[in-house]
Amino acid sequence: MDTKESVKQEKSVDRRSFLRVSALAGGGLMLSSYIRLFDTADAFAATTAAEFAPNAFIRMTPDGIVTITAKNPEIGQGVKTMLPMLIADELDVEWKNVRIQQADLDTTKFQAQSAGGSTATPTNWTPMRQVGAAARAMLIAAAAQTLSVPESELDTMPGIVRHAKSGRSIPYTQLLEKAASVPAPELASVKLKDSKDYRIIGTRVTGVDVKDIVRGTPMFGIDVTLPNMLYAAYVKCPVFAGTVVSANVDEIKAQPGVKHAFVVEKGASGGLMGLMSGVAIVGDNWWLVQQARAKLKVTWDEGATASQSSDGFATQAAELATQPPQKTVRKDGDVDAALKGAAKTVQASYFYPFLAHANLEPQNSTALFKDGKLELWSPTQQPAGGRRLVAQTLGLQETDITIHITRSGGGFGRRLSNDYMVEAAAIAKQIPGLPVKLLWTREDDIQHDPYRCAGFHNFTGGVDASGKLIAWRDHVVTFENASSAAPGGSEFPARFIPNYSLDVSTMPLGAPTGPLRAPGSNGFAYAVQSFIDELAAAANKDPVQFRLELLANEQAAPALAGAPSGAGGGRGGPQAPGFDAKRMRAVLQAVAERSNWGKTQLPKGTGMGVAFHFSHRGYFAEVVQATVSKDGDVKVDKVWVAGDIGPQIINPSNAENQVQGAVLDGIAEALAQQVTFEKGRTKQANFNTYQLLRMRDSAPVDVFFVKSDSPVTGLGEPALPPVVPALCSAIFMATGKRVRSLPLSTQDLRWS
Amino acid sequence: MAISFKVNGKPATVDVPADMPLLWVLRDVLDLKGTKFGCGIAQCGACTVHLNGQAVKSCQRKISTVAGADVTTIEGLSPDGSHPLQRAWQAVDVPQCGYCQAGQIMAAAALLAKTPSPTDAQIDSAMNGNLCRCATYLRIREAIHQAAAAPAAVGTRSGEPQS
Repeated sequence: MDTKESVKQEKSVDRRSFLRVSALAGGGLMLSSYIRLFDTADAFAATTAAEFAPNAFIRMTPDGIVTITAKNPEIGQGVKTMLPMLIADELDVEWKNVRIQQADLDTTKFQAQSAGGSTATPTNWTPMRQVGAAARAMLIAAAAQTLSVPESELDTMPGIVRHAKSGRSIPYTQLLEKAASVPAPELASVKLKDSKDYRIIGTRVTGVDVKDIVRGTPMFGIDVTLPNMLYAAYVKCPVFAGTVVSANVDEIKAQPGVKHAFVVEKGASGGLMGLMSGVAIVGDNWWLVQQARAKLKVTWDEGATASQSSDGFATQAAELATQPPQKTVRKDGDVDAALKGAAKTVQASYFYPFLAHANLEPQNSTALFKDGKLELWSPTQQPAGGRRLVAQTLGLQETDITIHITRSGGGFGRRLSNDYMVEAAAIAKQIPGLPVKLLWTREDDIQHDPYRCAGFHNFTGGVDASGKLIAWRDHVVTFENASSAAPGGSEFPARFIPNYSLDVSTMPLGAPTGPLRAPGSNGFAYAVQSFIDELAAAANKDPVQFRLELLANEQAAPALAGAPSGAGGGRGGPQAPGFDAKRMRAVLQAVAERSNWGKTQLPKGTGMGVAFHFSHRGYFAEVVQATVSKDGDVKVDKVWVAGDIGPQIINPSNAENQVQGAVLDGIAEALAQQVTFEKGRTKQANFNTYQLLRMRDSAPVDVFFVKSDSPVTGLGEPALPPVVPALCSAIFMATGKRVRSLPLSTQDLRWS
Repeated sequence: MAISFKVNGKPATVDVPADMPLLWVLRDVLDLKGTKFGCGIAQCGACTVHLNGQAVKSCQRKISTVAGADVTTIEGLSPDGSHPLQRAWQAVDVPQCGYCQAGQIMAAAALLAKTPSPTDAQIDSAMNGNLCRCATYLRIREAIHQAAAAPAAVGTRSGEPQS
């Protein structure tokens, strides 16, 4: 292409430089922004005339390589592979010719660059396919011009446009230049493939970074290395929100390897997950910085939280449970009258503890402040939120902050909080011109986590003479201003019991809380499904049969505004459909069948338990077989999972991996995990006291997907919640003991 | 103090405090970032490397004890990522976040060097010190079996006595 043509092309590019994305995704989410097209300036700086880069996601070069931009943070959920699969399938190229490039945060080009709520699939399922299909349509238009045939007579094979009538075909590589001058179609108008024609979607695709992972190639936040980089530790008060009164920073500055030591004031934004008061130690060797840290002496103002403890919470919670509730969330029918008329009533109180996220890559960020601008490299699930927090805290413009999204060594909701990012930024701002890598220790991590909120559920239920569940009360005692602390008004089993009440009372909490994989649901499912199991026993009914009957008992009363835990707020987005009992019955029946439920003879000490839960638009029912030794040790023998996340599993390899991981994650939580507080501090500090699952405790997990016609949805979270109550139910079947408090390691499960 | 040893077959000399752990020498002095930091107390195994052919937690090895030794990291397990375990890890699509996997592969390589066809129990025992927060354990076990069944690799350094 000569210069004149180039100029002409740029002009035509300019006229259509914004392409409206008006697609509706996931059942009604309006993508209100725009995808910027033909962004030759910065999308692909090296774009040349012979390339075809029709939008911010696709760049095709004459060597046949298709570079696809992955916009979302990869935290282990497989999105860096999955979203490009959607584009590549509709573009109709061979996957082996695709290269993936991770995008920086760029809200002018991309929507929803975040990892949370299992939302990537429902949000991007349609628009990403449209992005690929639009580019394919432009290649077809270019071929139509070249062959002088109507576009309607052309179709494609991977990498080739074909004219079946004449038997002629042209590889994409020969159409790039012409395609670049074809007007881009409206995304909403492009025709998408019929699902039977998918060549990549629905196939087992290995993660795009796996070949580098097995070689140890640097890719995580912790691996970032820049010239003249310094290393930092940031020491906060062990009591949440405590502040520095004084510190021996001069002594610390004199330690080997230390260049700087200074007190950082609390920031005004971000609450408990913003910039907290602390001491920064910066040096040219992180290990030496940690050695200096051991000599740090800080006088802290610990504040009011120092009086809080887990024991104190338990005492208060027991007291609150005997008081009238502070707030009624939902009330249907007359629970008291129904309980009076019930054939059998059951009362039980359940507790689940605070949990830490403990992603294996400790929190870190690297920051460079230079000429008034800040550049950050961060393993974050929410880069836009991080940039906002940094801008507000440090008084910078968001446009002066660049965020490079690194691969995250685990997310689980932890990195939706960007406390470590703002700490790195605040430290770097004090040392202009030099990059600083802040890296937490594991102890920093376990003791300064936005914890999964603990909860106390005080249930009363009643069944009639026929064994039907007719009354249910749950007085939830939890914490003020905590994340996902109490169920909403339409959390199951609301609407399935004629006399139902949900009440909430709260206590003050000084510790931070935040979403942990399947937030809310990971606790509610345990309490609610376990109590349903108790009522099934009271009704003298099989636990699966009792649940099927309950699911068939949908009441006419309308759902309240409070959405189920799987649907509302940050846990699934407003596009989430309501709870569909038919879909849940289907997965429950499927898992009963696959696990040979009710037909397996088990020895004493071994039992099977079942539970289901709806969260993040996904329907999951799970059966656990577990064996409890006479000494009370629990071993999970096998787990069966049936899930419904719509009609299409995009990458079955990753989908099975996610489900198996989520199930084993839930088992880990149930077996031994708890965070407890004493004098306002977290008692646990590392993996010797906060125990992750090990290989020997990993039971086989059978995964089965029930296909439905509902919108395609995500999978990072919804498989987790049911396994916890299913395991506890299996323990009851094995031992006759109900597990009303977690973790299992605190329970006496011995039997004889 | 200056300490000399071999890393992935090549001589290395570092001038660092004698009690600096091998992990931090590898990562921050020699810029070999494949070996990961997870806990610092030998509980997670993300920092697993081979020391004279044995799998060790490098966060607990003072550099002074490594003088003259032969260290293999994930970067040196094979010249081109073709160790049977590296191939099996890709074939099975083991990783989720991937952070622990270098340590898992190094622990597994030491196991296979001693026990070419391990049972599940032998795998569970050898891999007990390696945490995977994403819990990809079922696939790790499968990939180890697959690698054990693969023809012996040429040119790997896994657990071989180093010259």
